[in-house]
Amino acid sequence: MKSLVITQAILEQHKLSEDEYKKILEILGREPNWTELGMFSAMWSEHCSYKSSRIHLKKLPTTGPRVVQGPGENAGAVDIGDGLCAVFKMESHNHPSFIEPYQGAATGVGGILRDIFTMGARPIALLNSLRFGSLDNANTRHLLKGVVSGIAGYGNCMGVPTVGGEIVFNDIYALNPLVNVFCLGIARKEKIFLGKAAGVGNPVIYFGSKTGRDGIHGATMASDSFDEEAAQKRPTVQVGDPFTEKLLLEACLELMAGDCLVGIQDMGAAGLTSSACEMASREGTGVELELADVPRREPGMTPYEIMLSESQERMLMVAKAGHEDEVIKICRKWDLDVAVIGRVTDTGKVVLKENGHIVAEIPAKALADDGPRYDRPSSPPAYQEMLQALNYDALPDVKDANAALLELLGSPTIASKRWVYEQYDHMVRTNTMVRPGSDAAVLRVKGTDKALALSVDCNGRYCLLNPYEGAKIAIAECARNLACSGAEPIGVTDCLNFGNPQRPEVMWQFVLAIEGLKDACEALRVPIVSGNVSLYNETNDLSIYPTPMIGMVGLIEQADRTATQWFKQAGDVIILLGRTREDLGGTEYLKVVHHREQGSPPLLNLEDEQAVQACTIRLIREGLVQSAHDCSDGGLAVALAECCISGADGRIGAVVELARDGLRRDALLFGESQSRIVLSVKQEEADKVLDVARRAGVPAARIGIVGGGRLVIRVDGDRSAPGSSIDLDLLTVHERWAMAIPRALALD
Amino acid sequence: MNIGVVVFPGSNCDHDCAYVFQDVLGQSVRMIWHKDTLPGGLDAVVLPGGFSYGDYLRTGAIARFSPVMGAVKAFADNGGLVIGICNGFQILLEAGLLPGVMVRNTSLNFICRDVYVKVENAATRFTNRCESGQVLKIPIAHADGNYYTDPVTLAGIKANAQVIFRYCTPDGKVTPEANPNGSLDNIAGMMNADGNVLGMMPHPERSAETLLGNEDGRLIFLSMLSAFGKTEQQSRLVRV
Repeated sequence: MKSLVITQAILEQHKLSEDEYKKILEILGREPNWTELGMFSAMWSEHCSYKSSRIHLKKLPTTGPRVVQGPGENAGAVDIGDGLCAVFKMESHNHPSFIEPYQGAATGVGGILRDIFTMGARPIALLNSLRFGSLDNANTRHLLKGVVSGIAGYGNCMGVPTVGGEIVFNDIYALNPLVNVFCLGIARKEKIFLGKAAGVGNPVIYFGSKTGRDGIHGATMASDSFDEEAAQKRPTVQVGDPFTEKLLLEACLELMAGDCLVGIQDMGAAGLTSSACEMASREGTGVELELADVPRREPGMTPYEIMLSESQERMLMVAKAGHEDEVIKICRKWDLDVAVIGRVTDTGKVVLKENGHIVAEIPAKALADDGPRYDRPSSPPAYQEMLQALNYDALPDVKDANAALLELLGSPTIASKRWVYEQYDHMVRTNTMVRPGSDAAVLRVKGTDKALALSVDCNGRYCLLNPYEGAKIAIAECARNLACSGAEPIGVTDCLNFGNPQRPEVMWQFVLAIEGLKDACEALRVPIVSGNVSLYNETNDLSIYPTPMIGMVGLIEQADRTATQWFKQAGDVIILLGRTREDLGGTEYLKVVHHREQGSPPLLNLEDEQAVQACTIRLIREGLVQSAHDCSDGGLAVALAECCISGADGRIGAVVELARDGLRRDALLFGESQSRIVLSVKQEEADKVLDVARRAGVPAARIGIVGGGRLVIRVDGDRSAPGSSIDLDLLTVHERWAMAIPRALALD
Repeated sequence: MNIGVVVFPGSNCDHDCAYVFQDVLGQSVRMIWHKDTLPGGLDAVVLPGGFSYGDYLRTGAIARFSPVMGAVKAFADNGGLVIGICNGFQILLEAGLLPGVMVRNTSLNFICRDVYVKVENAATRFTNRCESGQVLKIPIAHADGNYYTDPVTLAGIKANAQVIFRYCTPDGKVTPEANPNGSLDNIAGMMNADGNVLGMMPHPERSAETLLGNEDGRLIFLSMLSAFGKTEQQSRLVRV
């Protein structure tokens, strides 16, 4: 092996610290060569090694009676009965999407899909959580359009429906947008495949696209902060080919249906390096690979480039010895490149050869598991108290509730996302029972009587103001979305987007958020089975709001016992479950109307939350509910407006009477008190529903009647100050909400 | 009824079409790999939706060269029933089994949503269970559904009652506003002169079950069954 002098500059370029380099010297007992240095750099990057987060992630609850596969594999798996598992995960592609929105988002979708079908599951649903700056900004519009068409371009072509998601617009994400993609697949419980290189002597087989010089050091780039030079990192962004991925998907599932497969892993971040060393490390084996046999796009690629390329749509599998021809035949059927590139060994090492000569030799475990672990210092930021201080007395109460409601409905975060989801095929595979635009997407599970409900959520502003409470609320709200569909939560995946972990205030946010996730998951008895951490979401020294995105899966035992959020029929009674408090801190109302992002996020009592959700699920299962909608951004008034205007088959009004009970009017209408759900029920069922709620200890009140062409919300009858009630015709309400995003995008 | 569903590389509504015929309507379905030929004994062939060959070059442009297409053409020439849905319609156009071409939607975007189509001709083997003028709600999902042909061909297919579905308002008015993609004369689906080959952009397989909230699309499959004197069989998955 050729030796070289490793300089400080080379280490910096590889984002390795001096201490980390010392550790490499210890592991190898010698200086690494160029290829080995690159492999360590990629595997020990924040993105691959979770070096700043791992000690904290351990605290998360990951077990439960339904858990078939927890964190550490390509995706998590949860038992849904009938011999089936829901396999799911969420992942970020933030950095690449900022540099090149179309390809960044597209390859994010490609990556998460591979994680799912690698497990033996056929992907049946995609969702996404996006964060952008303000739409007034031309670059934000460029990013939004690029990201949406990238997601559409990849997901649509794959024939996997994008059934839901959420988007928040806030200036804090202007130079660091978030693109988090969730995917769910269905697998037979006994046919779940893992990424393990078992069986000494078994062939290691490469299949999929050829390896090219794209995406080299993508993992390292994704573990870095950004500045004005970010655009120059474009070559580190991979280019997606959904058609090849579709072939890869079908070939994989066909291979898995047979009896030739031992282990399989996709080549995602850190490419061939990560798949080879992780598969060996999980099993305590080694692998020996001949790089000359790796299918390549161009001649002259060095071992360094081959090992660090992040070319998309590639897989590494270990097959049973003697079954090589079977594998090759299936791959050829699907017109995929395929090559036996090595064998499983008992050395515990990843040994790479080029035409028979050893070019790298590293213990697999050292790369995959023995990377650095940091317990980074954490302390609250100096501005935290100032952020939380909100003087209610200095805040004038709402003067024109009509105007405030319209302003909220027209704010892009709350406005209809139809412009976005109409570009996604959300119906292919004919499982979609509830399409985008309700609290949760609902998909039937073919061959069973069941359905799954899916939701993604996180309020980054709450998490900024109080990382612990914000993270708790993210879990609670996601579960509440599922409850509004009649689904019981059965598993969580998370995508933890934070700033630079080397800043103590970012670590403080991270550590508290983990505590919040833990407490909420334990209280709601739902395990976290997979996830992803995205750190260094920081541009020009400005970190994003802490955004621990949550994806949650819920089970509906009887597919036809579900609910949607919009009102159904004139004469139905509107019932509010839960209690309204003076919760204005961190609200969308405060931001949109008063231009403040301040205060303490709403109080969340997990016991109350659990009771409200259980009650809602029960009512839906018993067929007593016409519609159910969670109160979140914009509070009760926005929730009621959405109930009136979000139905696919037209609009229907409502007349609501609210009593102030000493609350501020703005808090009553627009405050974001947690654990509240708006139900509509048939008139003759109203008493029964109220009774069920009362017995469950859930506050419940009859607040109005569905019907008419207007949304009327009277506060304290007519005794209240002028301007404190809402009375708007639905056309106006709908127009504001429906046209906000298309109108903002028409600026270009 | 014996149905063959062709699987091109990149087809992604193949399973959905098979599910409707087999699991919902209780018919017999065979999946046909594009490199193979058609087996004997088929009553109808489905060219399903998707992105055959990734839509590279032009939608349907490469799939028309797939080995199976020779057999599909012969099957159609012998009077066999062929239905092409979405990408399947695009392939039928490229293969010359139907006249005209598809271009990009006027919005330039992919569009996925319910649309309304008016049944212009109910006396066909694909629409005999519909009323003439009936409005069906069926979803579309495509980026290239903007049908175009020359004026002479258009006049010919209209005179011949080959236009089967046109985009319309919920109450059946064929207006420019009801046209989602700029398609010439609001054409959403059309037939060949012999009446045995249908191409349509909307996806009836996505609206053929109550559980999915809409059964309008089922009428098209039931019509095909009727054309063979069949009725739907008790499906394997009965839901009340």
